[in-house]
Amino acid sequence: MTTTFPSTSPPPVAQTGAIAWVRKNLFSSWFNTLLTVLIVAILSGMALDFSQWALTEAKWDVIPKNMGLFFTGRYPAAQRWRMWTLFGMMVVISGMTWGILAHAATRLFSRRIVIGFAIGAIATMLLPIHPRNHVILLSFLVLLAAGAWCGRWLTQTAPKVSQWWPAGWVLAYVLSLWLLAGGFGLKPVSSNDWGGFVLTVFMAVSSIVLCFPAGVLLALGRRSDLPIVRWLCTAFIEVVRGVPLIAWLFFGKFIFPDFLPVGSPTPNNLIRAIFVLAMFSAAYLAENVRGGLQAIPRGQTEASQALGLNPFLTTALIVLPQALKISIPAIVGQFISLFQDTTLLYLVDVQELLSMANTVLANPLFLGRRGEVYLFIGIIYWVSCYAMSVGSRRLERALSAEYRPVAIAGAEVQQREVGGT
Amino acid sequence: MTFPTGDSEEKVPLWRDQRFWRIALQVLALVLVALLAWTLLGNLMANWARRGTQFTYRFLTQAASFNIGETLIPYTTNDSYLKALFVGLLNTLRVVLLGFVLTTLVGTLAGIASFSQNWLLRQLSRVYVEIVRNIPLLLQLIFWYFIVFLSLPKPDEQISLLNAFYLSKAGIYMPWPRNSPMLWLSLLALVMGAIAAVLLWNWRTKRMVERGASGRPQMLALIGIGIVSLIILIFGLGWEIPQSTQPGQVTGGARFSSELGGLLFGLVFYTGAFIAEIVRGGIQSVSKGQWEAARSLGLHSGLVMQLVVLPQALRVILPSLNSQYMNLAKNSSLALAVGYPDVFSVAATSLNQTGRSVELVIIIAATYLILNLVISLVMNQINRLVQFKER
Repeated sequence: MTTTFPSTSPPPVAQTGAIAWVRKNLFSSWFNTLLTVLIVAILSGMALDFSQWALTEAKWDVIPKNMGLFFTGRYPAAQRWRMWTLFGMMVVISGMTWGILAHAATRLFSRRIVIGFAIGAIATMLLPIHPRNHVILLSFLVLLAAGAWCGRWLTQTAPKVSQWWPAGWVLAYVLSLWLLAGGFGLKPVSSNDWGGFVLTVFMAVSSIVLCFPAGVLLALGRRSDLPIVRWLCTAFIEVVRGVPLIAWLFFGKFIFPDFLPVGSPTPNNLIRAIFVLAMFSAAYLAENVRGGLQAIPRGQTEASQALGLNPFLTTALIVLPQALKISIPAIVGQFISLFQDTTLLYLVDVQELLSMANTVLANPLFLGRRGEVYLFIGIIYWVSCYAMSVGSRRLERALSAEYRPVAIAGAEVQQREVGGT
Repeated sequence: MTFPTGDSEEKVPLWRDQRFWRIALQVLALVLVALLAWTLLGNLMANWARRGTQFTYRFLTQAASFNIGETLIPYTTNDSYLKALFVGLLNTLRVVLLGFVLTTLVGTLAGIASFSQNWLLRQLSRVYVEIVRNIPLLLQLIFWYFIVFLSLPKPDEQISLLNAFYLSKAGIYMPWPRNSPMLWLSLLALVMGAIAAVLLWNWRTKRMVERGASGRPQMLALIGIGIVSLIILIFGLGWEIPQSTQPGQVTGGARFSSELGGLLFGLVFYTGAFIAEIVRGGIQSVSKGQWEAARSLGLHSGLVMQLVVLPQALRVILPSLNSQYMNLAKNSSLALAVGYPDVFSVAATSLNQTGRSVELVIIIAATYLILNLVISLVMNQINRLVQFKER
């Protein structure tokens, strides 16, 4: 038996600090080091190329010169204030909804949100637009914050009133229609002149609103225990989902008018497109709601039957409200994809954002500015969709937080009963 | 719901009887749908009668008289609409099958990368997913086609790589096996070799586990198969290398047009981002204990992923992949926007020429429904293979 001392190991490498972090996360092995070097090389090469293009070759004047076209299409310039009003109204009501949903938070304007606002304000100031519009956009940011504060205040003083926030959105939708189309004291604007980002949002919102009743009915039908109803609903859902949206849009453009009675006027392009989008998203919504329905425990149905509710009331009062609440995040997700799908309308001559971009590119003054224009509208889409997905995650959290007190209260009741007997 | 039976039972009024309502509701639904269909079809017939047309597929045998940019089988403008649609279908299948392979690769790599030890790679994977998922696919297709592929140099200023690959606006030329009986024989040999290798590998593992054998003879045989396959791969397939005799003229090899490239890249990276999220979710669903157990057995991180985590994650991942593959197949119809002649854009051209909207939309709907059905069936079979075998 030898009596050598165990070799002393070297002192451990520092575990904290920037250098340790870099070593652990970027250079922990030869493979990692190679990866790091490769990624840095490729990314910096791309960044160099891009900035060279963006700073020297790209001609960015195409964006500010066509800002109106991108956002409102061919909407008459004299009536653009209505679009601003519409936008402002949306900002206020979004702010209030946020305030109402986040009323439980200890601080409405946490540090992250204040930073977000600051970034928003700086980004607004950097936008290449008329100074007057800077002022308007900044005041909208203020309106957003004020709306949130009002919503929170309203919940704390009059919780009953604040529960009606979905009705506020319905009202806002009706008011938007009025602002867009005119009439009742405003100058009428033909729907052929609607366009750009406003039309994109309008199409997406209208389709999801219109598809809602049909989608819920289809979901209930597919879960029904009446075989014929179930088969019909399943067949509709599967056929609609199995065929690409663009084929349905062609259906709406070329075939739909033929399904109307002889001699009836051909409905306008927008109505046909909204009909198709609504039909298409009804099938997808049905699947989302079905997911929600499946998540409701059987006990809920049985309990309401035990209370003597008939199947219709059981569904309408007990199962559906809970199922819809569960499926809200999925529905928001579907709205995001519907919002993206509105780009397909460009292929059937609807003047939404992408087709406005192509209109700009077809202008001889702005030939060959593809990179600039597509990058710009790409950013618009990205910001909208990313904001919605972040919002949906927050909404999900707010809803589940709202749900928890109920569960706890229920548990307390149960405990008390156990203690009592 | 059951009702109390016995002498005291009162006659349930019809409108409180569930059995009545069950039948009445179904009849009502059927009648409503039939009524709707009857009205719509009646309108359609009336509209057609007014225009003097009727439902017929006779146009399919007429000459299509439009050109198709790229075809997998010989096609001339004298061929029928049916042939044109078939050429389009083959083009769709080409982009869909290539897309499946590539998007699985991209998505899996991006999904695994989000668990990498390398911070940069993790962030890269997150940024990729967040950017791609939040921009409409159509815009991405346009980006890949118009900005990336069409910014390649003109054909007469083409870039040549190793004198075997040629890049230009017209597309990418690359070496490709020549179609000959020998190619098919070699491919057959390769497939046989692959099957033999899998069988050998399983036999080797079994012997090593059961008898503690070294497994060396089997390993040698495997290496032998590998070498023979490599030789067949290089010399047996009859690779044809594209030749550029004069600028802008390339003959031989395979051409991947810019249209196909733009469509394929767009679809692959878009679907890949969704697959990456599915893979990430699947890997996250594997409990932490499995990682720790594998680590404590001495496996390094690559092997932990390969042998322990991925096989288990696969059971969660595969069912969700089905819908992504179906989405890719459906989204391939956006080829219309970049001018790749898939079945939908051929049908759209035919519609413009013949005005046979109903007939063509039915063909298109049936094509995609069947395509999705096939994908579903295949994926369900694969899914069955990886699920737990419960005794």
